[in-house]
Amino acid sequence: MSEKLHIVVCIKQVPDSREIRIDPKNNTLIRQGVPSIVNFYDLHGLEEALRIKDEQGARITVVTMGPPPAEKSLKECVSLGADDAVLVTDRGFAGADTLATSYVLGKTIEKVAETFGKVDIVFCGKQTLDGDTGQVGPGIACRLDLEQLTYVSKVRAVDKDSGKITVERHLEDGIEVVQTSMPVLVTALKELNKVRRAPLPGMLRAARFKPVVWTTADFPELDRKQIGLKGSPTIVARTWVPEIRKINTTRVEGESEQEIAQKIVETLWQTDLPERFGWKS
Amino acid sequence: MSEETKEPKVAVEDEMPDWSAYRGVLIVVEQRDGAAKKVSWQLLGQGKKLADKLEVPLMALVIGHNVAHLAQEAGYYGADQVYLCDAEELKDYRTRPYSRVCLKFIHEYKPEIVLFGATATGRDLAGAIATHLPTGLTADTTELDVELPPSRLLLASRPAFSEKMLATILCKQYRPQMATARAGVFQELPRDESRKVEAVRIEFSMSEDEIATKVLEFITETSSINLEEAEIIVAGGRGLGGSEAFKMLKDLADALGGVVGASRAAVDAGWIKHEHQVGQTGYTVRPKLYFAIGISGAVQHTVGMANSELIVAINRDAEAPIFNFAQYGIVGDLFKIVPAITEQVKQKRSFAGIAVGSNS
Ligand SMILES: Cc1cc2nc3c(=O)[nH]c(=O)nc-3n(C[C@H](O)[C@H](O)[C@H](O)COP(=O)(O)OP(=O)(O)OC[C@H]3O[C@@H](n4cnc5c(N)ncnc54)[C@H](O)[C@@H]3O)c2cc1C
Ligand SMILES: Nc1ncnc2c1ncn2[C@@H]1O[C@H](COP(=O)(O)O)[C@@H](O)[C@H]1O
Repeated sequence: MSEKLHIVVCIKQVPDSREIRIDPKNNTLIRQGVPSIVNFYDLHGLEEALRIKDEQGARITVVTMGPPPAEKSLKECVSLGADDAVLVTDRGFAGADTLATSYVLGKTIEKVAETFGKVDIVFCGKQTLDGDTGQVGPGIACRLDLEQLTYVSKVRAVDKDSGKITVERHLEDGIEVVQTSMPVLVTALKELNKVRRAPLPGMLRAARFKPVVWTTADFPELDRKQIGLKGSPTIVARTWVPEIRKINTTRVEGESEQEIAQKIVETLWQTDLPERFGWKS
Repeated sequence: MSEETKEPKVAVEDEMPDWSAYRGVLIVVEQRDGAAKKVSWQLLGQGKKLADKLEVPLMALVIGHNVAHLAQEAGYYGADQVYLCDAEELKDYRTRPYSRVCLKFIHEYKPEIVLFGATATGRDLAGAIATHLPTGLTADTTELDVELPPSRLLLASRPAFSEKMLATILCKQYRPQMATARAGVFQELPRDESRKVEAVRIEFSMSEDEIATKVLEFITETSSINLEEAEIIVAGGRGLGGSEAFKMLKDLADALGGVVGASRAAVDAGWIKHEHQVGQTGYTVRPKLYFAIGISGAVQHTVGMANSELIVAINRDAEAPIFNFAQYGIVGDLFKIVPAITEQVKQKRSFAGIAVGSNS
């Protein structure tokens, strides 16, 4: 019999951008008091890894690239049931866009494989709340030459012996059932599962837990030109708050509902809509 | 325009490499079972504007099996050069073979800009290709423009911070410049059958056993509506008070030949399924006609529908912000007004000699 599956989950600590407000006076972001959370799609990736672990046994390593406070998020994952956690942190990584991020995370996962054993599945979230691109997952798959299954809403089967994984991908127009061979990278939708709460023993373990910390010094082969700001082709040239479109609203009024209805329908019939939609013969 | 201009992260004096070998704007056409996604034609529409400014051809790449007709359509929708890669192995979208085709194409034809729809497939494909090349990729753009030569830079703008801001992203040091773009944001050109473009065939050289991924089944969501492509949307919000009232909206939608949309409040209340939700955490739509009924007009809703061509709002609160977006506003009780409108529409249509069924 083969060894247990080894699953890596990529998580990111993000400001809860839903809480970010715009200061109406000068149109700047108000970041104060905005809480940091584990990007919630990533928690669905972790949950799926935990389910696989519950069902057939697996070893789970969570990794994140971020500033030192991101340790908090790794601990949260450990409290939920992850076995190991790696924080890749270095000033040199700062300012990375998705290309540079996928480079570093690719290198990190290679090192995780050397350190903790061969990797079968990598979970990412569908996208982050702050970067909001969904590009890092496919980027990592490309760096590591893994098969990639994005927008996964259900993992149907993971068969360690045959090395096959079967999932459902939720697309705009339906559900695609696809099978591929591991190692594989999967990106998680929130439909994938319901995230559990941390059990007490997990919380106790997390309280004492210290993640492995790697810096550029731990990656002697790293190409400095491909990390951080330097390795990031995209540049934010300008940000602005969109103007609210002001429109002259015509109020449609009348003595009765019937009269109002008649007026608005007349109005619609005077546009080109009846022509375009064949409302007229 | 109110704005906060930030200094670019990279010093402007950075010399741009010589990219003169890269010319042209490429749209990667997305299809399923031989039917193109509308966003592809919308991107040809926008791509044409960019190509004209840069004085370069607009290219379209069609990938699939038995999709020669789409290559022709791409010409009708504005492409100057059409490329077709047609092979049995390409019947279903799979990352590896599709990215192989695109990469080979990009290396050979060297477009300076490559655009994809920001659909699941478009994002999956673009993410893989950009890393391979490597180059920069901007996700989910809602505005696309170019700087005139000599800079020729793609100005790719996208919402940021949960749609509260917009950011313009540049890619100066790599080619091609790539972006995915949201469906329903850009306008397609009128379909012109006189534009006959001969498609150039692209070879496909990968055998099925090199492709680990197999599509076992595709379950079309028959119940699912396609809000993003809908041209008439009758949307309801918390003002409807329950799922019962959504039937009333469905009647109006049926009479007009449209579909039902909803605000998040209505979806969260469980009155209607999430696939109907318009807005930041729902769909971005751009129909010809949008009815906002019992919807207050919170920014998270309006970001998803403000670009509709004609908006009619019905709300009993004359101060509701939704009226700032509507060309026509009706202040009153939706329970009385909506059935009256449906009645009028049916009368009009039967008067025009068309039987109007209540089914869709
Ligand atoms: C992170 C985040 C993401 C979000 N994403 C979305 C999103 O994608 N889409 C979205 O829609 N919202 C979204 N929201 C929620 C959004 O902020 C609003 O809460 C929501 O749009 C309100 O829905 P509503 O207009 O239906 O309800 P309300 O704001 O309660 O408005 C109901 C309206 O109905 C009117 N009304 C009531 N009864 C009648 C009647 N009998 N006749 C006529 N009018 C009547 C009222 O006057 C009122 O204006 C999001 C919020 C957050 C924080
Ligand atoms: N700095 C990071 N560290 C670890 N994982 C990340 C990081 N950035 C992105 N990811 C993963 O990639 C996914 C997509 O991110 P994004 O492309 O930023 O939308 C996230 O849901 C994470 O799983």
